[in-house]
Amino acid sequence: MLEGIAAVLRAMGGWVDDRITRLGVASRFFVLVLLHSGTSFRRLFLTIREIYFVGVLSLVIILVSGVFVGMVLGLQGYDTLQRYGSSEALGVLVALSLVRELGPVVAGLLFASRAGSAVTAEIGLMKATEQLDAMEMMAVNPVARVVAPRFWAGVISMPLLAALFSACGILGGYFVGVHLIGVDEGSFWSQMQAAVDFREDIVNGVIKSAVFGALVSLIAVFEGYDCVPTAEGVSAATTRTVVTSSLVILAADFILTAFMFRGA
Amino acid sequence: MITERPVAPRRRLAADVRRSSMLPFAFPGPLEGCRVSGGYLVEIEDVSFAYDNRPVLTGINMKIPRGRVVAIMGGSGCGKTTTLRLIGGKLRPQRGVVRVGGQVVHELDSGALYQLRRRMGMLFQFGALFTDMSVFDNVAFQMREHTDLSEELIRDLVLMKLNAVGLRGAQDLMPSELSGGMARRVALARAIALDPMLMMYDEPFAGLDPISLGVVGKLIRRLNDALGASSIVVTHDIQESLLIVDYIYFVSEGRIVAEGTPADIRASTDPWVHQFVWAEADGPVPFHYPAGPYGRDVLEAAGA
Repeated sequence: MLEGIAAVLRAMGGWVDDRITRLGVASRFFVLVLLHSGTSFRRLFLTIREIYFVGVLSLVIILVSGVFVGMVLGLQGYDTLQRYGSSEALGVLVALSLVRELGPVVAGLLFASRAGSAVTAEIGLMKATEQLDAMEMMAVNPVARVVAPRFWAGVISMPLLAALFSACGILGGYFVGVHLIGVDEGSFWSQMQAAVDFREDIVNGVIKSAVFGALVSLIAVFEGYDCVPTAEGVSAATTRTVVTSSLVILAADFILTAFMFRGA
Repeated sequence: MITERPVAPRRRLAADVRRSSMLPFAFPGPLEGCRVSGGYLVEIEDVSFAYDNRPVLTGINMKIPRGRVVAIMGGSGCGKTTTLRLIGGKLRPQRGVVRVGGQVVHELDSGALYQLRRRMGMLFQFGALFTDMSVFDNVAFQMREHTDLSEELIRDLVLMKLNAVGLRGAQDLMPSELSGGMARRVALARAIALDPMLMMYDEPFAGLDPISLGVVGKLIRRLNDALGASSIVVTHDIQESLLIVDYIYFVSEGRIVAEGTPADIRASTDPWVHQFVWAEADGPVPFHYPAGPYGRDVLEAAGA
């Protein structure tokens, strides 16, 4: 009995120890990426090329999802607000929900699934096919040439994608609220303008999305660079990127929200 | 219980032994001249290396003279590729010294190591071409990374390198459109892009059809002579290697078990070399994985 409990405790301890070690390795990798980031800005085309792959090619899923999330918010928001006779505040509800929370979080989750997994798979396959080794043997640092541009592309793209997600969501909410349900158009926009604060709501939302972009990008490049260089290894790393990124986004969102919005 | 298999002591072939009495290191036949004129480009002295607790190389010594093609041969997993990685500075030996061009590789800081690597070229087993770049861009990669040459000049150089491997016409193709042999040749053109002093080939003949195999083999020899470089070919393709190399090291279980020129190797009566050269299933390298008596296993299975 006691031996069984000890074995379980040992296994748990081993797992925690392993996670902490991995976190340490990822942190050191993050420092390495920062140290080798010069190339990403000196040769800007490397980063712009990656912005195209992780940002521009993610536009379709981000924009379409944004419209539908906004439309659902419009429907659900109206249903709740009209019970209290304040359906004119629909614009405020849609805008604040998107700019503060749903924009950064849902765009972050979509970004992790669409771009994060692609980055992990690409770097992992480069490792499995010895392309990273070849680069290193050609005296080109793969962290500077391959990893850092992808990391910064994610950091730059994510706030833009989240902003576009929120903008499309507001248009979706406007379409449903004003054109389908019949909420007053003037109230929808004017109340939104009055209630949404640039510093408190929009800037905080942008900060959140930039943090999510950095977290997702770091996880994606680390998992790719650190993967076991086999088909199974790349597949497992891609899965880990999506799962870890999603959990980290939700946890970081709680922490950031707790600091940013204290009901003041 | 895992029992350690006895390792054969290092054997020197007859011609080698004759010269070893006069010289610090014996390179019989065609290699003698180069020791006097150019010396050794790569020197591996008493190097041991282990992955975790699994020893891969145990006290090996090798010398690669300038201007020559030297093969490192042995079965899969015997430490051949590890030797290349030690020379390229990808791994650090736990004991011993690896010198390239007089510099101890594992003592170099990353800047100096990268400087040294600029003078090395490496052909990976399956080419390791960058799959998001065309053939042209793959060959131009190092020139764009390490030089300030104009695009016009880079174009001329790339076409020259591709012409040398017979693939000038394939410059616009993507790696996915190439056959295995073509990919290997493009990788060869990329490896020689900056005219390296040392070329390393990791299993250049693996998975090639006989025609591509012959083409790649001849290219290795021709490019080495044209560039005035030194080449190390890691392979287990004995017949092709005997045609193009100047000297051969045989590695088994992390030790050098035999060495000599192609003529020495062909004439060797050493059982290990004989088994390897003539591809015999059984010999010093046993066909059977260690096991108990066959009869006992059969009877046990039958419940006797």
